[in-house]
Amino acid sequence: MAVDAGTTAVTSLAAACDDVREATDADAVDAVQPGFVVRPGSTEETTGVLRVAAERGLAVVARGAGTKLTWGTPPERVGLMLDLTRMAAVLDHAAGDLVAVAQAGCPIAHLQRTLAASGQRLAIDETLPGSTLGGGIATNSSGPRRMLNGTFRDLMIGTTVVRADGVIAKSGGRVVKNVAGYDLGKLMTGSFGTLGVVTDAVFRLHPLPAASGVLSADIRDSGILAAMVRAIVHSDVVPTAVEVDWSAAGGRIAVLLEGTEAGVAGRTAAARELLARAGPAEVDVDVLEQLPRWWGRYPDGVLLKLSCALSGVERVLREAAALGVAVRGSAGVGVLYGGIPVDADVTGAVTALRATCTASGGSLVVLDAPAAVKSTVDVWGPVSALELMRAVKRQFDPHRLLAPGRFVGGI
Amino acid sequence: MTSTHGTTKTAGPEVGPTPPEQTAATGQNGDGPQIQAVRRRVRDLLPAEVVVTDHARLRTYECDGLANYRVTPALVVLADSVDQVATVIRICAEERVPFVARGSGTGLSGGALPRADGVLIVMSRMRAIREVAPEDQRAVVEPGVVNLDVTKAAAPHGYYYAPDPSSQQICSIGGNLAENSGGAHCLKYGFTANHVTGAEFVAPDGSVVQLGGRAPDAPGYDLLGTVIGSEGTLGIATAVTVRLTRKPEDVVTVLAGFESTDDAGAATSAIIGAGVVPAAIEMMDALAIEAAEAAVHCSYPDGAGAVLVVELDGPTDEVRQEFDEVERHCREHGAFAFRVAMDDVERALIWRGRKSAFAAVGRISPDYIVQDGVIPRTALPKVLRAIAELSSSSGVRVANVFHAGDGNLHPLVLFDDSRAGQGEAAEEVSGKILDLCIEAGGSITGEHGVGVDKSAYMPRMFTDDDLDTMQMVRCAFDPDNIANPGKIFPTPRLCGEVPGRHRGEHPLAKSGVAEIF
Repeated sequence: MAVDAGTTAVTSLAAACDDVREATDADAVDAVQPGFVVRPGSTEETTGVLRVAAERGLAVVARGAGTKLTWGTPPERVGLMLDLTRMAAVLDHAAGDLVAVAQAGCPIAHLQRTLAASGQRLAIDETLPGSTLGGGIATNSSGPRRMLNGTFRDLMIGTTVVRADGVIAKSGGRVVKNVAGYDLGKLMTGSFGTLGVVTDAVFRLHPLPAASGVLSADIRDSGILAAMVRAIVHSDVVPTAVEVDWSAAGGRIAVLLEGTEAGVAGRTAAARELLARAGPAEVDVDVLEQLPRWWGRYPDGVLLKLSCALSGVERVLREAAALGVAVRGSAGVGVLYGGIPVDADVTGAVTALRATCTASGGSLVVLDAPAAVKSTVDVWGPVSALELMRAVKRQFDPHRLLAPGRFVGGI
Repeated sequence: MTSTHGTTKTAGPEVGPTPPEQTAATGQNGDGPQIQAVRRRVRDLLPAEVVVTDHARLRTYECDGLANYRVTPALVVLADSVDQVATVIRICAEERVPFVARGSGTGLSGGALPRADGVLIVMSRMRAIREVAPEDQRAVVEPGVVNLDVTKAAAPHGYYYAPDPSSQQICSIGGNLAENSGGAHCLKYGFTANHVTGAEFVAPDGSVVQLGGRAPDAPGYDLLGTVIGSEGTLGIATAVTVRLTRKPEDVVTVLAGFESTDDAGAATSAIIGAGVVPAAIEMMDALAIEAAEAAVHCSYPDGAGAVLVVELDGPTDEVRQEFDEVERHCREHGAFAFRVAMDDVERALIWRGRKSAFAAVGRISPDYIVQDGVIPRTALPKVLRAIAELSSSSGVRVANVFHAGDGNLHPLVLFDDSRAGQGEAAEEVSGKILDLCIEAGGSITGEHGVGVDKSAYMPRMFTDDDLDTMQMVRCAFDPDNIANPGKIFPTPRLCGEVPGRHRGEHPLAKSGVAEIF
């Protein structure tokens, strides 16, 4: 029976999209193996595939490069893996309007190369090599440059979504300034594929800076580190990013300044002075030729996302270090990433650090961990307005076909 | 047509057929059994001084900044606290009576237009700045706080609140959140959605929830981002956590005079193309300049067919280099006058002409419509020419004032309503301008919102499926369609069965106004 049903599903799926195959172990999402893998080539094909999935009650998980497939809680079931890597095109780059349109499966790096040819960029960092726009949108992943330019939620101005029932819906548009209708893009950003499948999106772009400057200082004391962060954050040097790298052994701060040649030279000097004055005389502030190796890279181990008010950064760094959690990230905005050694007391560290983040107006999410670890910790932590979120999910996906169980509160 | 309670003639178009009070969008029965029950229960639970039932006082709330739409609300509550807001909304939910939130009443799309069969919840008494926390780059304010007062409170710490709608001296943060307000400087700094990180929020069932927070990236769906700009159709914010922005080290404002809008538009494109992102680039055409000159004597260059106001801000060295670029591109594209404000007084003078433009147009025309269409910046010359052709072929004068940097046009369509047919002709030109914007790949509204004014245009920009999907969000928040119903969407979507809350046929389905999907 199962084989017959499978054959029929393949036939229907093949009618919607000719790139269908049975899944293998290698296609597993967090150890949950899909039945089939489908690679649609267009929004229309995606619609057809999702219609078949809806008719047959197949749960759908979308993927791009697969760099963040183990983020979130494991899906309860996966009937269909929707592989969007065939939809990898930059559909339009309106350089004069500082706007680009690209498909979800387009690698962020590919988009950046295309834009760079016209002296522009999407001010979003590629946080994992090869990652795609769709994956970035689904997880609202962000890197150091978010300090000046924001995240996907700030830079995505138009969105095409295929709903669980296969209906195509667009919101926003190709102009930056636009308040017509609800902004569905915001709802999709960070929703881990549980509300719809984003197939293409429109982005607001920025000019590539003519010059950049990087400063770095090695520090032993979290108090000094925090003082340096404050000195830059509450200054006039307009940093693009203020990053820290911190563990029990001490660490470092790095500051990125971008802009015009003359402007960056002056601001780099000013920032260096601010950093030097915030720390003791024996701390050297270096001007680097390029970004440090740790810049924008997640720490190893069980990966945590920590957020807090700016005034809470020092305490989070200190407590993380005391718990043996290495921390990197955007101290200038209060978004940090922690790494717990897999053999450590993950539950204890998560509980303690979560309390610290929450007390400071933030949160802690376990982004990535082996399935065995995830099953023992509260991955998402407390979430406010969860009932409204469930209501949104019921509207968009009443039969729980899109990445069921992968998101907050079992959504 | 005169306007009420502080809105001025300039605040809204005064045009066309005044819509009847009793339509599907504005409510039909001001004194049915349901609203009577709400009135009784609200009086029982709330202090007498916050409940307005006197007809003459109710009428003072009949419109917002778009004064040609007027509806007297059945009941007004001048809310003092989140508890009062939650109480009123819970009662409305139980009695299935619509409610509309109102801040300072400066909106330009009728978003705060009351319902004849509903409650108007006025938020302007909730105006405490609860906290200014420069160390966190945040402030926590109540929704009735005036936009500019946030900046004033942050200024001693070297910070300000970036979104600056032109009504910032009176408009409220709650209204800004509802409309996702921008302002002249949103070209560089973005909109309300980019500057609000959290909100205490009363959902349409009366429950109070926290959306977002002081830190970025709260886990879960970005309901906050969804609520911002939803024009009061998803609930009411009762406290708002805003991001404060560091005051720039330097600000330079320049005024450039051109022979034509084509030249000024080309200069704008060249500036942006050179990688400069000014804080603002504003353009006015000859008719708008003429009006501003007559009104405020702003001394714009004689004979200019267009002026650009360009403001650069940031670190001094950066601004200096960008200024050189701006000057070069203006001159290369035919600027025959180029004036730099040397201090705040001169800066204010340059801005005075631009900021007075709407009011000034009232001097050269008894009536006018303000449009708010958006086009991709590169389409500016083409669309401006099309507007000029439309104007000459119809005989309807159009003055152009706009945020050139982000393609947000505010064409002022001039007419004299005392002369037969002029109002209709102006309406037609106004609608055709929106069509031009949509054809160019733009939007029907950049910052004023859809409200009641532009809901009829939504289907020109979005498909039925797009609108249906947006309304799924509303169904999640507000299954009974009581939160500011009749705004944004031309046709309400009924939300299907709500367990335990069934009460016979929905009145909208019964009257044939809504469809059940």
